[in-house]
Amino acid sequence: MTLVGPNGAGKTTLMRILAALSRPTAGRVVLGGCDLALDPTSVRRMIGLVSHRTLLYDDLSGEQNLLFYARMYDVTQPRARIEELLRQMGLWERRRDPVSTYSRGMQQRLAIARAVLHSPSVLLLDEPDAGLDRHATEMLGTLLRQTDLSRRTVLMTTHNLEHAAAWGERIGILVNGQIVFQATRPAIDLTALRAQYDRYASSA
Amino acid sequence: MRRYDQLIIGLFIVTALMMIIALVLALGVAPDPANLVTPAERFAQRIFYFHVPNWWVGFLAYFIGAVAGALYLISRKEQWDAVEISSIEIGLTFNTIGLISGSIWARPTWNTWWTWEPRLTTAAIGWLMYVGYLMLRSAIDSPQRRARFAAVFSILAFLDVPVIFLAIHWWRTIHPVVIGGEVGQGTGGFALGPTIQMVFFVCLAAFTVLYVTLMLVRLRTEFLAQRVEHLRQQFMFL
Amino acid sequence: MHHLHKVLAIVAKDLAAELRTREMLSAMFVFALVVILIFNFAFELRAEDQQTLAPGVLWVAITFSGMLGLSRSFIREQDRGSLEGLLLTPVDRGVIFLGKMLGNALFITVVDLIVLPVFVVLFNLSGALIPQLALAIVLGTLGLSGVGTLFSAMAIHTRAREILLPVLLFPLIVPVIISAVKLSAGIIDNLPFAEIQQWFSLLLVFDIVFAVLSFIFFDYVVEE
Repeated sequence: MTLVGPNGAGKTTLMRILAALSRPTAGRVVLGGCDLALDPTSVRRMIGLVSHRTLLYDDLSGEQNLLFYARMYDVTQPRARIEELLRQMGLWERRRDPVSTYSRGMQQRLAIARAVLHSPSVLLLDEPDAGLDRHATEMLGTLLRQTDLSRRTVLMTTHNLEHAAAWGERIGILVNGQIVFQATRPAIDLTALRAQYDRYASSA
Repeated sequence: MRRYDQLIIGLFIVTALMMIIALVLALGVAPDPANLVTPAERFAQRIFYFHVPNWWVGFLAYFIGAVAGALYLISRKEQWDAVEISSIEIGLTFNTIGLISGSIWARPTWNTWWTWEPRLTTAAIGWLMYVGYLMLRSAIDSPQRRARFAAVFSILAFLDVPVIFLAIHWWRTIHPVVIGGEVGQGTGGFALGPTIQMVFFVCLAAFTVLYVTLMLVRLRTEFLAQRVEHLRQQFMFL
Repeated sequence: MHHLHKVLAIVAKDLAAELRTREMLSAMFVFALVVILIFNFAFELRAEDQQTLAPGVLWVAITFSGMLGLSRSFIREQDRGSLEGLLLTPVDRGVIFLGKMLGNALFITVVDLIVLPVFVVLFNLSGALIPQLALAIVLGTLGLSGVGTLFSAMAIHTRAREILLPVLLFPLIVPVIISAVKLSAGIIDNLPFAEIQQWFSLLLVFDIVFAVLSFIFFDYVVEE
């Protein structure tokens, strides 16, 4: 599912609450039968988050970063899993270099590898397309389709209506913390989405 | 708010009356302790009726600040944050007054303005900690985070006071122990007669009521400030 | 065991990142030396016996240079949002705290142990004191790191950041500094252990008290 919305609509807030980084002021979050407030650890195991920041350590190499996070997530056979991911992301040759020497697109791919490291059942993508060049964006799209194949729930927010329409099975518009519009893909195309978006965003 | 204001005015009058009574008793009625010889010492001893209640209020205020901090962390109600900041501000004021009035007393009695004695040193370090508390608050923009960090700090700081005192205690104390110690222990100490005790407790009561009054006034300001903050946030979103 | 493994992983991660640039360690080392040198100049004219000042100078150097390391501790985590990355993992917050605290203690201790021989030479002390002083340094550093780590996590969310940390931290850790100075003074004066034992135990108690309190409150500091 992809969510679009104007600045301040609550996209990042929603993501932070779902990722158990922020406390909701009211209401409950239940994921896979676990209440976030009661059992945050189980929920954290189920979630992978890609945010607009990379959440990586600049001074460590790509491999060191993933190894560290693999330990934190108790990944079984971390080396094999990391090799698989690094190859998939096209980072295997650069695995020994510090992340600070990576390009923006490479960092973002490593950030995605970090997020799916522990095979989360829910993948949260908070504006993953922000600041990416064309090539990196295409790669992201391909990756997303791959992760969809492994039957994950993917929730993505974006500013970019094209990406939202192209990548989402279901598409929603978030305004002022409310989902004001929802549709599934065959029923909506980019032009229709754009019309809906303009209507809701301008009324806000 | 009307009833609250009436309560404040009522308490204000009570406090004023009690303070006048305390002044008359402490300066006019209470006898000179028998063991103090020089006029300067006798004169300076009168500060006891204000200095000790003053520290009592300071300590009480910090204690209530820490309790409010704990209640905030448990309940996340911003009222407790208001109680915490109000109480600690009052505590800091009394802490400051206590340091100054203590110095004024120490000059004729110990012949020095300042000495690195445990209570004095603890008082000074405590003062620095709570000034730090105010700086911490003013350096955080998000109200929830400010309340959370301030609550953590207020509890830590309060728990730290006895630890600091114990750590400094190994240096020999020359501060007089008037309550619960041996008679006349420490330079400038004196015996508590029945009249002196009575006057002392009147002063203690007067200062406690003063604390309650100040708290209510300060809380009123804080609640209004919180309301302003809410209104501002509401209009920022529109 | 399971938790310990993760605590050590956090320490190893901080160490690996630091060893790549060694920015912080070298800055702390040079700063500690500068403090000791300044004190040497400042006291030279008046002090009859420089050795009486030695423990004070040592601990001023340790706390000041330690402050540099502590203030970097969470700024390092904040640059790319990796603190959030850490908080996302299903790891107990206490584990994160212990990992960061031990990492900080390790950095400060390493720097101080390099500074120690220089200090011993400059103050004309006997080299035989080094092992005992090293023990005092380890204990004192642990005391600094407990509350230091907690406040460092707080300071990154404040406007003043590095400036606020020493203002908040120094008054609170006065007990640690007092007992560490007393213990070091006893060691430098060659007192029998029985006479400095109370400071030794006291320092140990303060270390534990401050670490436990900070451990408890860390949850409230990192939550959003």
